Amino acid sequence: MTDQKKKRVEMKRQDPQVRRRNFNEVAQGYTAEEAIQEASRCLQCKKPMCVQGCPVNVKIPEFIKHIKEGDFAGALRVIQETNSLPAICGRVCPQETQCEEKCILGRKGEPIAIGRLERFAADFGKNGGNGGDSPDGGDCNDADPNGDDCCNGGCTGDDSRLKVAVVGSGPAGLTCAGDLAKLGYKVTIFEALHSPGGVLMYGIPEFRLPKRIVAEEINYVKRLGVEILTNVIIGRTLTLDDLFARGYKAVFLGTGAGLPKFMGIPGENLNGVYSANEWLTRINLMKAYLFPEYDTPIKRGKRVAVVGGGNVAMDAVRCALRLGAEEAYILYRRGREEMPARAEEIENAEEEGVKFMLLTNPTRILGTPDGWVRAVECQKMTLGEPDSSGRRRPVPLKGSEFEIEVDTVIMALGTSPNPIVSKTTVGLQTHEWGGLVADEETGATTRPGVYAGGDAVTGSATVILAMGAGKKAAAAIHEYLSGNSVGG
Amino acid sequence: MYRILEKRELTPVTKLFVVEAPLVAAKAMAGQFIIIRVSEAGERIPLTITDFDREKGTVTIVFQEVGKTTKMLGKLGVGDKILDFVGPLGLPAELPEKGHLCLVGGGVGVAPIYPKAKAIKQDRRPVRITSIIGARSADLLILEQEMRSVSDELYVCTDDGSKGFHGFVSQKLKELIDSGAAFDEVIAVGPMPMMRATVETTRPYGLKTWVSLNPIMVDGTGMCGACRVSVGGQTKFCCVDGPMFDGHQVDWTEAMRRNAMYVAEEKIADHQCTCGGGSK
Ligand SMILES: Cc1cc2nc3c(=O)[nH]c(=O)nc-3n(C[C@H](O)[C@H](O)[C@H](O)COP(=O)(O)OP(=O)(O)OC[C@H]3O[C@@H](n4cnc5c(N)ncnc54)[C@H](O)[C@@H]3O)c2cc1C
Ligand code: FES
Repeated sequence: MTDQKKKRVEMKRQDPQVRRRNFNEVAQGYTAEEAIQEASRCLQCKKPMCVQGCPVNVKIPEFIKHIKEGDFAGALRVIQETNSLPAICGRVCPQETQCEEKCILGRKGEPIAIGRLERFAADFGKNGGNGGDSPDGGDCNDADPNGDDCCNGGCTGDDSRLKVAVVGSGPAGLTCAGDLAKLGYKVTIFEALHSPGGVLMYGIPEFRLPKRIVAEEINYVKRLGVEILTNVIIGRTLTLDDLFARGYKAVFLGTGAGLPKFMGIPGENLNGVYSANEWLTRINLMKAYLFPEYDTPIKRGKRVAVVGGGNVAMDAVRCALRLGAEEAYILYRRGREEMPARAEEIENAEEEGVKFMLLTNPTRILGTPDGWVRAVECQKMTLGEPDSSGRRRPVPLKGSEFEIEVDTVIMALGTSPNPIVSKTTVGLQTHEWGGLVADEETGATTRPGVYAGGDAVTGSATVILAMGAGKKAAAAIHEYLSGNSVGG
Repeated sequence: MYRILEKRELTPVTKLFVVEAPLVAAKAMAGQFIIIRVSEAGERIPLTITDFDREKGTVTIVFQEVGKTTKMLGKLGVGDKILDFVGPLGLPAELPEKGHLCLVGGGVGVAPIYPKAKAIKQDRRPVRITSIIGARSADLLILEQEMRSVSDELYVCTDDGSKGFHGFVSQKLKELIDSGAAFDEVIAVGPMPMMRATVETTRPYGLKTWVSLNPIMVDGTGMCGACRVSVGGQTKFCCVDGPMFDGHQVDWTEAMRRNAMYVAEEKIADHQCTCGGGSK
């Protein structure tokens, strides 16, 4: 293997000094030449390991072959056979621990850049291979939840398709809905927020996943015949039982894990303390970074501390820089090795000037006399024995307290599933930590006809795992409704 | 979709809309609220449900034009649609089964107490309702007729004395308590300082006082924590744990300071609104 062949084709990224102040996409994607060059590295294995590494089993060598041959639309078609959100997965999947980890090329050099090629196929393959924006890109108009044409029970008409309800429009819900529509069901997605997409829309920032791309992928699902009703909260606006009463024969719950956690330390309710969810929702969903062009405000902190070491913390801190922070810190109680965030995101943050304060745990947030954040008091930690997660447990060092002057603190400590549906539904069991009890293979919950998947079942995980769960549940729902199975 | 069927100007700055929202109407209960958005670039703001009609599929909201969003909302007329209208949110009010209830409403806060009184009267519960409603001046007083129809006694107060009792609703409440009114509980809704004053009035008497808090919200489903308030030393998310809380347990200093978090930004947005710029 030549050295050239060992290395993957680089993908252009915005310069760190420039990108740290704008919300444009960091990674710029391959050109056609670059993609063909990278695609040519693929060994086209007879028994491709990469496919097994993909939770939705995208036919990776096959789509890469199409790219190599310059047939970008064909590449996209192959991907879409198993993955209805390729432009998103190509951008946000942790390929390094999935498909790319299994790539044979990785043994002697760098694995083939499957994620970048998937992104390329999605971006260049659309519109029959002409790339560019699709005609309906960005259009996200939703049907009328209170109108006659929807779910008022009068939908039978001459439409004999069976009705299935999907709750939540994140990747789990979108995938399940898309697959069921392809199988000939009449599918309605009910979404609590005013805009569909779940975390893709409200959580992951524009500079990693442009909202235009999310809107396009959602439109693709709509074109499959899926109806999306926004502003409907199941458990409030309608109950799960109402859905069955309205003629839905099965329900998929893809309600995510949206509840934020706080530390329970003094000062957490001072002005200037945000949950990562609030911070990111204001920025992404409500577009507070464009205030006052958009109405939702946000405090543009000059000195910002983000507590946590996961992907959400990285997104939050990088947003803080883009809102103009002079200093942006990550406070994490364990060491670098233990950080759950993707290595690539940690590097991106570091390049942009984020300061990492590791083995550092906040003990209090200190306020000004009028109640705004002034500083965060932290304790130094050391690592002890491994805990239940297998990571070494952080132990506080006595007397090591010190203060960091900040005006904004963002808590990115993980999230848990929202109990609105489980609390209002009889017979739907949850684990103690809030996750819905569901069969791993089928997504079947403890209520017949009700299936669940994604973060609502697993707790915060990944886009692709949520999609995988949505897929499996769609197949199980199909089996259930075709009468092949009495389960549910 | 969320069409405005009726519009009434209760005062020059307070408007009432009857909105077509059958799904919300079917589930609404006294004490709950909705969240609206007026334009694509707009904010999400909570508004209390003032009334609902399950048969007609309508929900009534009352709002005061105080910021950009409410001013834009106020410009809409009959036949116009509200872009987003989601609910019902929050827990329904726990209303008494019997006894003597005092309802205190200040300013636009009269609107949220109305459905509570109406629910009690509709259920024919043996509850005596004394209502105290107030405003800065007579021309700003709202829903007097409606309140009278669901109250056993009604007292009107104005800060400037232009109608009824000259003074605050909390002062009238104290006067009634001191002259022997044996209230079993009080529900007070209105601007923060008014609710706080009411709570401080009843505290020495150990008289249970519920308030309906209106913190800044984003989603309204427990997802963001923007709405957190301290009650009895514990952090609560107002949108899912409230909006009604025991007023004697609320940390008012914190609640009022958190509500003022975006005062500077609100001025910018509002200025833009009055200049006709910005909003899409
Ligand atoms: C900031 C951030 C960054 C992330 N980055 C990555 C990444 O780079 N790569 C990756 O793979 N993963 C990432 N993740 C994780 C990934 O986004 C989630 O695992 C995935 O979105 C879960 O999908 P889901 O469909 O289960 O739920 P969600 O995406 O959470 O969608 C749930 C939807 O259901 C709606 N809903 C909830 N309750 C109700 C109800 N009662 N009625 C109606 N609708 C309801 C919600 O409003 C929401 O729209 C990130 C997460 C966050 C928060
Ligand atoms: S408004 Fe977001 S949690 Fe209450």
